[in-house]
Amino acid sequence: MSKENSIGKTDKKYYSFAAPPNELVLESGEKLGPVKIAYETYGQLNKDKSNAILVEHAFSGDAHAAGYHEGDDKPGWWDDLIGPDKALDTKKYFIICSNIIGGCKGSTGPSSINPVTGKPYALDFPIVTVADMVKVQKYLIDHLGIKKLLSVIGGSMGGMQVLQWVASYPESVLSAIPIATTLKHSPQQIAFDEVGRQAVIADPAWLNGNYYDFGQPERGLAVARMIGHITYMSDRSMEEKFSRKLKEKSKNLKFTSDFEVEGYLKYRGDTFVKRFDANSYLYITKAMDYFDLSGDKLIPRKKKPGIRFLVIAFKSDWLYPAYQAQEIVKLLKARNVNTTYCEIDSTYGHDAFLVEIEKESHLIKHFLRSVSGENGEEYEYSI
Amino acid sequence: MSIQSNGISFEHRQIADLIKPQATVLDLGCGDGELLAYLLKKKQVEGQGIEIDEQAIYKCVAKGLSVFHGDLDSGLKDWGDKSFDYVILDQSLQQVIYPDTVLQEALRLGKKVIVGFPNFVHFKARWQLAFRGRVPVTPALPFEWFNTPNLHFLSLLDFENYCAKRGITVKRKISISANKIIRFLPNLRAETGIFLIKKD
Repeated sequence: MSKENSIGKTDKKYYSFAAPPNELVLESGEKLGPVKIAYETYGQLNKDKSNAILVEHAFSGDAHAAGYHEGDDKPGWWDDLIGPDKALDTKKYFIICSNIIGGCKGSTGPSSINPVTGKPYALDFPIVTVADMVKVQKYLIDHLGIKKLLSVIGGSMGGMQVLQWVASYPESVLSAIPIATTLKHSPQQIAFDEVGRQAVIADPAWLNGNYYDFGQPERGLAVARMIGHITYMSDRSMEEKFSRKLKEKSKNLKFTSDFEVEGYLKYRGDTFVKRFDANSYLYITKAMDYFDLSGDKLIPRKKKPGIRFLVIAFKSDWLYPAYQAQEIVKLLKARNVNTTYCEIDSTYGHDAFLVEIEKESHLIKHFLRSVSGENGEEYEYSI
Repeated sequence: MSIQSNGISFEHRQIADLIKPQATVLDLGCGDGELLAYLLKKKQVEGQGIEIDEQAIYKCVAKGLSVFHGDLDSGLKDWGDKSFDYVILDQSLQQVIYPDTVLQEALRLGKKVIVGFPNFVHFKARWQLAFRGRVPVTPALPFEWFNTPNLHFLSLLDFENYCAKRGITVKRKISISANKIIRFLPNLRAETGIFLIKKD
């Protein structure tokens, strides 16, 4: 997509709250405060504050979902979806995206300064859950004066937060769009997360989390990210992208990167360690693994919330397979919740939620229209 | 199925006439969502569709409909008993692998069920079968043997017998040919049958 239908220049804002002695009480019972939350907004909040959509970022994402920061060449991570006339149309909607707590992109996390010690929290940072992330977002939404969100939308861990909004604050959401996500991690997903965590922990530079004066455990974190990227692609998309192509003309017969796929993973790992905190990696993956809204936890039995759902899965996604989305749908059926479910035919694997823009946009755009009470296409009959 | 000038088929109008305003409706095999969109507009129903074809899902969503992407042979067990006022099987029953199971499920989760299907023994079909030695191709059965989505072939009489055998009450029976209601010799002259049935 070109810069032309971009929202243009955007900047990060901050909201701080829960200063001691009024700390935020986390799900674990531990207290955290003050809490700072980094967020961005796009478009205008209307008079009755009914056009707000909260965008939830995935594991390593941030509040910068759309537009360009001063001096940047690259737009926000979901710029293809957010902007004038795009699916999340900034001419119509007020879009909010905030960085999760436990993260490292402006919101309070393990790399933030602990006011008690004057040093980074490191492992003194309390365990945060997806419910805690959403609780903090509720403070932000309250701060912005919004009583009910038109929609909450996100993919992967963003989708978990969407589901958590429904579980925690059903009265504050009109519609929910969980994409490529699950009610709970399977043992396979936990296993991948654990291998990533162990790669970080096994790096001698990790120093039990107290590496802030010496630099990141870069090797471990890079390996963790490389594993992650394998799980985000599909066998087919890797074949199409790299095949067995070599970086140089011939094999160098040393253990350096011969194949393009090796070079790609190395590049991904190396860039990741420059932008992401290793301790945040541990905290956030753990939050995902603890997440579990199966059974009656998403919507209590005998409750029918007036929330509409658009659930999206992708055919080649083997990290968050479609059967997990169908588990969500199954729960929604049992509660008679008004739901649309689509399994998009894509070869991009889990990455599809960031790549299959056209199909995703179509579904989201029309779903939001319907939720806002606008008529669908081909809808006029001469009765 | 013939489309009238305003885009709604005669058959869909007949189905709509069977449905009470503001009812909850589940359309099994809703296709592009034409019937559901019409019911939403005309009868202000709370509608939900199921459809296997991905492209059809996009068209349904563009009409503002709620629709599940999936097949009918497995997708119905998640709903509780009598979750809907009406369950519709319009031109889809003859296309599922296990019509008996799907119909029993439809009757379990719908207070009433509306079934619309092509009458395989319409006289044109009989003619082609008996005298031309060909598998019938008619306006209601427009497919060739090699591309038909229809897996099962039944007549209006077959369906009534089935209902009797299964203890299903037939509340209404509408026989249609060429945008007209057929009252005389329907099993011979109707191309499409629409049944309103229930089982308590």
